[in-house]
Amino acid sequence: MDPARFTRVDETTWRIEPQGAMRVPAIIYADGNLIRDMDDKVYEQAANVAMLPGIMQASYAMPDAHWGYGFPIGGVAAFDPEEGGVVSAGGVGFDISCGVRTMLTGLKVADILPGQKELAESLFRQIPAGVGSTGDITLDAIEMDAMLAGGAYWAVEFGWGDARDLERIEEGGRMAGAEPALVSDRAKKRQHREMGTLGSGNHYLEVQAVAEIFDTAVARVYDLAADDVVVTIHCGSRGLGHQIGTEFLKEMVLEAKASGITLPDRELACAPINSEVGQRYLGAMRAGINCALANREILGHIARRVFRHYFPGHDLPLLFDVSHNTCKVEPHAVDGKRRDLFVHRKGATRAFGPGHDSLPPALRSVGQPVLIGGSMGTGSYILAAEASAEQKAFSSACHGAGRAMSRHAALKQWSGRKIQDDLAAQGILIRSPSTRGIAEEAPGAYKDVGAVVLAAEHAGLARRVARLRPLICIKG
Amino acid sequence: MGKAANQIAGEPGHWEHFPHAADVGVRGFGGTPAEAFEQAAQALTGVITNAEVAPKLEVKVNCEAPDLELLFVEWLNTVIYEMAVRNMLFSRFAVRIDGARLEGTLWGEPVDVARHQPACEPKGATYTALKVAKEDDGSWSAACIVDV
Repeated sequence: MDPARFTRVDETTWRIEPQGAMRVPAIIYADGNLIRDMDDKVYEQAANVAMLPGIMQASYAMPDAHWGYGFPIGGVAAFDPEEGGVVSAGGVGFDISCGVRTMLTGLKVADILPGQKELAESLFRQIPAGVGSTGDITLDAIEMDAMLAGGAYWAVEFGWGDARDLERIEEGGRMAGAEPALVSDRAKKRQHREMGTLGSGNHYLEVQAVAEIFDTAVARVYDLAADDVVVTIHCGSRGLGHQIGTEFLKEMVLEAKASGITLPDRELACAPINSEVGQRYLGAMRAGINCALANREILGHIARRVFRHYFPGHDLPLLFDVSHNTCKVEPHAVDGKRRDLFVHRKGATRAFGPGHDSLPPALRSVGQPVLIGGSMGTGSYILAAEASAEQKAFSSACHGAGRAMSRHAALKQWSGRKIQDDLAAQGILIRSPSTRGIAEEAPGAYKDVGAVVLAAEHAGLARRVARLRPLICIKG
Repeated sequence: MGKAANQIAGEPGHWEHFPHAADVGVRGFGGTPAEAFEQAAQALTGVITNAEVAPKLEVKVNCEAPDLELLFVEWLNTVIYEMAVRNMLFSRFAVRIDGARLEGTLWGEPVDVARHQPACEPKGATYTALKVAKEDDGSWSAACIVDV
């Protein structure tokens, strides 16, 4: 889009002044090239979010922002219930608590290479991925509710996880305030066979090598060194979250009308936080968060089983597990006043800086790991949250590379088989049930993740700690 | 975006995909809203697979919504739900619309990963780029973005 449409505050801060029905400004963090390449729809959607009741400070978009539905992907907005603030199902997204976890293996690249192919095949066999895959775990009604209330805690109790992980998972592995009874039978039925499944689209399990260290001191705290091998999982709350999102989006379209909220876009459907629908959504959405936390814990457990088989004694301790599609109640200072705000992050990672009291003691001095997924070929990043992210964007940072090209266009441009062969020649083994899926997720269909994280660093959201390059990628 | 040659022999109407940055748009065309809905459901299957899907099993569904556009989203979400819980893909659709109510029949078969090579999984139909409209030539179109 045209940079001239913004007030440029500094190198990486682009401001849309309040106009029309906007209650606050909209602010996009990006460099000049990212802004120029960004879809005009991001401008429109960030401005639309600024029109919602009770929004505080500004409607934000991260450097990887792209055209979403209602909210931009990469959108952050905080609402105050005391000011008539709203909660929006569209502002969280269908894939509630979609997120990333990274586990350390204690192995070096040289340890992996001799058996790389065997490891890839084994992970592909063990990790249920893609449409039509089902997990080994089926839950009855009582177990389903226990999972929705307990999150990763439940997975650990059930023997599908490790208690040492919990302090390194957002919310300590269990989202408080979840109300399994408010999750519909249809949503639970959709989850019946999907626990411990990866899903499809841009979800993946990767074995990655630490290719570059940017901040040695923080890397030491995160226990990362050059040539280390880590395992990263990107997925969410599966069918259960999708169904909760679908049902409440519909209900909120009608509720907004009933509450007299004028929506600039129906997809921004929302309800006052202090309304019956708003409270019901929060209870169900938090249960969806627990589903995602449990699911990633189970997938981590399966990955551990595979690694232990090939590398006995390697327990894959968790570096961190953090979501990028959520609405969380957090205290933030606005205009010098501390308020409990409902922070929506839609394709944006929570980023608590150094000293934040919710971080485990081992990480508190350097800040929370912000885990950024790139594409299959270009790699990923681990960042450390900056304290300034609090004031800049309610403690948020980017979440990925962001697509530069539609699936449709990617499919026309690339062959999945050729991408698989080309990447194999570079030492990256892709395993997927669908070659078309590989083409749609082609590395060239994504923005330059390096530019995205650099912009996040310059904007003071999170600083780079390590770059990861893929060795094995299991895609749904 | 030009119209793709996505036409089922013996059926009126056709469908197409249209691009969205992260996701994909589905659009059905037909002589009536019901036909446009049926074609858009074909487009939904086209998001997942290019392979043939045999219409072996029949599933009856119904849904309702206060207006035709909201009903369209409901319809696609109903199809997505049946695909997810039955682990099936569908290739034939029959829709009857009676005011705010829709009755549909879906025909399809269980997912066969090796044969269908499903590319991605629709999470839900959205209200973005949602439009159900009568075209100048009197035909109908029905479109929205699907989150995948």
